[in-house]
Amino acid sequence: MEKPNIDYIKELAGGDKDFEKKLIAIMIDEFPTEKEKYYNSLELEDDKFIIEIVHKLKHKISILGLKKSYEIAVEYENNLRAGNSDLEKEFKETLSVMTQFLASL
Amino acid sequence: MNCIIVDDEATSRLVINQLCSQVGGLEIDGEFSNAIQAIKHLNQNEVDLIFLDIHMPDFTGFDFIQTLKNPPKIVLITSDTQFAIDAFEYDCIVDYMVKPIALPRFLKAVKKVESAILSNEPVQESTSTKSTKKESVASGKDLYVNIDRRLVKINIPDIYLIEAKGDYIQIKTEAKNYVVHSTLKKIEDKLPDDLFLKVHRSYVINIKMIIDIEDNSVLIKKDVVPVSRSNRPELMKRLNLL
Repeated sequence: MEKPNIDYIKELAGGDKDFEKKLIAIMIDEFPTEKEKYYNSLELEDDKFIIEIVHKLKHKISILGLKKSYEIAVEYENNLRAGNSDLEKEFKETLSVMTQFLASL
Repeated sequence: MNCIIVDDEATSRLVINQLCSQVGGLEIDGEFSNAIQAIKHLNQNEVDLIFLDIHMPDFTGFDFIQTLKNPPKIVLITSDTQFAIDAFEYDCIVDYMVKPIALPRFLKAVKKVESAILSNEPVQESTSTKSTKKESVASGKDLYVNIDRRLVKINIPDIYLIEAKGDYIQIKTEAKNYVVHSTLKKIEDKLPDDLFLKVHRSYVINIKMIIDIEDNSVLIKKDVVPVSRSNRPELMKRLNLL
């Protein structure tokens, strides 16, 4: 599986280390909550909310440079809108990789 | 340009904030995680531009736009491309950026907004559009006109004559004359009634600057301006005649 990176964050920061730290801190703060919401909505089978939270998580997937995983998330969101949960396993794997990566920062 | 950011995702607000800081001329007036907070802010403050997320809980970006009576320019920020077509149904939406946004794409959007502001409103007040004409004079507000893609400030009471010249108008002040791509009607709407009067289909004058009136013409500074028969009664009514 592809590895996350902070290339986009560095590019955006343009050498501004404070910004880099701040953005990473917000990601570390916001991501677990969104991930938890995703798993909760799966348990509750709240389809509308699952779609909403997958949509939100796509941004963070892209920020961490996970291009393939982003495509999978887009496809997964489309599947959910169509009423099936294909690619759920792959999406969960992405979340797991992101969790590990953010913990390492 | 004053702008606000409306997005429920803190990460996204910080990204836009950072991009704004890398572009000159953008000042962030506020950041809001939901549309209701943003509406409250807009009820009390005027902004030039909103960076708006479409997907927000309870109240989507499009719902938000529909609550605004006079929406400023809006740049949508979203993780979807599927709403692009809907976006074109709103005149106020200038651009549509898909996350993650890189600086070159952001710059392109800002340039689009600047162009939209310049081309849509060639003549505009710098102040609140909610201001009445009388208020604008009393508080000495200015008029901004678009000349060579720059917004040039003119002090309204300094204007003594405006002349229509085809697709352009010439605005004359004691210090300088300005040629602006606009119409007499548009500028008339921006000027205080108690100070300015249309005396001819091609001329609006500042009645406080009249030197004398002779038959069907008035002398203002060094300009002799024709007064049409239909406008003469109103001119005479406005003068403090002995």
